[in-house]
Amino acid sequence: MPKAQLFLTCLGDQFYTGTLQNMTRLLEQLGVELVFPAAQTCCGQPLFNNGFEDKTRAVALNFMRAFNQSDAPIIGPSGSCVSMVKHHYPALFQVGTPEHALALDISSRIFEFTEYLVHVLQVTDVGASYPHKVTYHASCHYLREMGLKTEAKALIHAVKGLNFVPLNEEDTCCGFGGAFTVTYPEVSRSMMENKVRNVIASGADTVITCEPGCLMNIAGGLQKAGSSIRAMHIIDLLASH
Amino acid sequence: MSNTPTYIGFEEYSQHIPASIPAAVQQATSRFIVGRAARVAELPEWEQLRQAGSDIRLHTIENMDVYLAQFEEKVKAAGGHVHWAETAEDARQIVLEIAKTHHVKMAVKSKSMATEEINLNQALEAAGIEAIETDLGEYIIQIAGTGPSHILAPAVHLKKEEVAALFSKHLHMNAPDDPIELAQIARKTLREKFLAAEMGISGGNFLIAESGTLVLVTNEGNGRMCTTMPDLHVAVVGIDKIIPDWESLTVFLKLLARSATGQKLSTYTQFISGARRSEGEFGPNEFHIVLLDNGRSNILKDPIGREVFKCIRCGSCVNVCPVYKNVGGFAYGWFISGPIGAIFAPQMLGTQTARELPYASTLCGACADVCPVKIPIPTILRHLRRRVAQGDEFSKPSMPAPLQVTASLTSAALASHWVYRFGTRLLPLINPLFRHNNWLTNMPYPLSRWTKVRPLPAFGAHFRQWWKKRRTTK
Ligand code: SF4
Repeated sequence: MPKAQLFLTCLGDQFYTGTLQNMTRLLEQLGVELVFPAAQTCCGQPLFNNGFEDKTRAVALNFMRAFNQSDAPIIGPSGSCVSMVKHHYPALFQVGTPEHALALDISSRIFEFTEYLVHVLQVTDVGASYPHKVTYHASCHYLREMGLKTEAKALIHAVKGLNFVPLNEEDTCCGFGGAFTVTYPEVSRSMMENKVRNVIASGADTVITCEPGCLMNIAGGLQKAGSSIRAMHIIDLLASH
Repeated sequence: MSNTPTYIGFEEYSQHIPASIPAAVQQATSRFIVGRAARVAELPEWEQLRQAGSDIRLHTIENMDVYLAQFEEKVKAAGGHVHWAETAEDARQIVLEIAKTHHVKMAVKSKSMATEEINLNQALEAAGIEAIETDLGEYIIQIAGTGPSHILAPAVHLKKEEVAALFSKHLHMNAPDDPIELAQIARKTLREKFLAAEMGISGGNFLIAESGTLVLVTNEGNGRMCTTMPDLHVAVVGIDKIIPDWESLTVFLKLLARSATGQKLSTYTQFISGARRSEGEFGPNEFHIVLLDNGRSNILKDPIGREVFKCIRCGSCVNVCPVYKNVGGFAYGWFISGPIGAIFAPQMLGTQTARELPYASTLCGACADVCPVKIPIPTILRHLRRRVAQGDEFSKPSMPAPLQVTASLTSAALASHWVYRFGTRLLPLINPLFRHNNWLTNMPYPLSRWTKVRPLPAFGAHFRQWWKKRRTTK
């Protein structure tokens, strides 16, 4: 029986309990034995991406210690947070130190949720059904840093009853960008409104993303626009029956 | 006289963007993107070409002094004059000196980023020399009295109606809003200038070290007129434009035209090696090249930042940038805008002046995906953010103190799971104050900066309790 550790991500933890519960159930149904390291907080990306590399280290150390209680793979519902750990942790520590060795080890065994499903468990059909018109927003770090180009769509296409419609400018940033939303709110607004316009024009009643950050941004934007279109994390789609 | 900015307020500017700018910019950049994609798809070896371009540039960056020395020697051997300008002021003085010696009253210019960088036009005007931009886009913005808003298409922010209005006012005529007719008007007006000017000024796309050749890549033919009609040609070129040899050039020519304008090759590619040697040859009697440093040597010492010098100014990163498309070029406060501006300006002007620019990106990575010479733009943005936030050997930190304090507190809270978990239990308590159904609205600063744009989901970290309960009841 494969074992894995649950990585909530701080946005998931604060705002998407239901999605995390669905992630737990889905993985267990697929026969994964889960542990949850309670000492986890955030991956440190908000500090790292804003230039505070020195202040990121303490957060990264907390993360690595929390997930080093077990040597099982780590699974998170965000390509962006997973990419932070996978691609940027090793560069935070000096080569030759035990922290660097640990960062390399952690980096080698962390997976984004859909990546874990498609590449490790080799599953695309999880038995979900969702009889709706659905479109998909490709999140930037999920797509470009993690290189996950086909995984989400393979999972979406396997959902029964689902009618997929394409999204114009599918891989254009929605304007989230972490602290960018509060650093340049007006620019973030135009980018988000652009995304929301495209989602509405797609004719879908649901838009899927693999990123809690994009989800908050797009769902909030749709709400503000008075649209009834649902923005949904892919995990919640895969948990639909 | 210089209009080099002392502080670039990206945020301030981004709050007052005329709606016409994103509309015009998006229309034009979409055309560029489609053209580029079609030309790139034709070349199965595109990825190898990008790698080759990147490798050659890195090699040149590491051996720049050797290639520049070789270039100088070859230009001199071909009868050209080489001038070294350490600063922008040096470069301006050199050009003014040459103009003075030749009693120049009017100079025609082909599109040049380096002369934009040193504000040459103002210096010439101040010395009583009329400087005429002859690239159509540059001509338009010269009339409009603004800087460029795109490195390739400087007047991209203007609609044809606006250009017609500018022409009508400036040329005292009734200009129609038809692009072809407008180009004809400019062509006729500029033709007289080409004939009258005593000096031609150009930039340069590449400098070939092995033969001392200046390469100019243009589409309108004005570059050729500027560099052949007047008897005096002065080129101002950044030292980063140097490449080793003609073989390298073949790589860059393929990458440049396809990336920039979606052409296989630009309409005119000119090779200028020295001045006219005999009466039978074309070209000016005197050829000068001003090699501009202006801080470049210093940037070359930074192994991460210096990759900016791989740039061939194709504009692809600008065209795909979602931030640029929504703010236009002026928001970047300098003549190079978009992602390349965001990594170039803070290094050239310093992070005290341009500290907002590295943050003018969501780090979405679309730029690095298309860059023909594989500049890791998001990596350099993060590198410069580090310079702003915590300083490095090139600069002191320039981030305001309150943000430094916020970062320290965030770090302390996230590094301790006790503090973090305590916080997650407190946050839901503020929900009732701002709650409308499942959303929070009208929150106080700093969350107001989120909620003024869209509502925030209600706080609700319940996973940990759920997990605990589930374990104990299982
Ligand atoms: S950074 Fe790359 S994509 Fe951008 S202008 Fe320079 S060469 Fe072109």
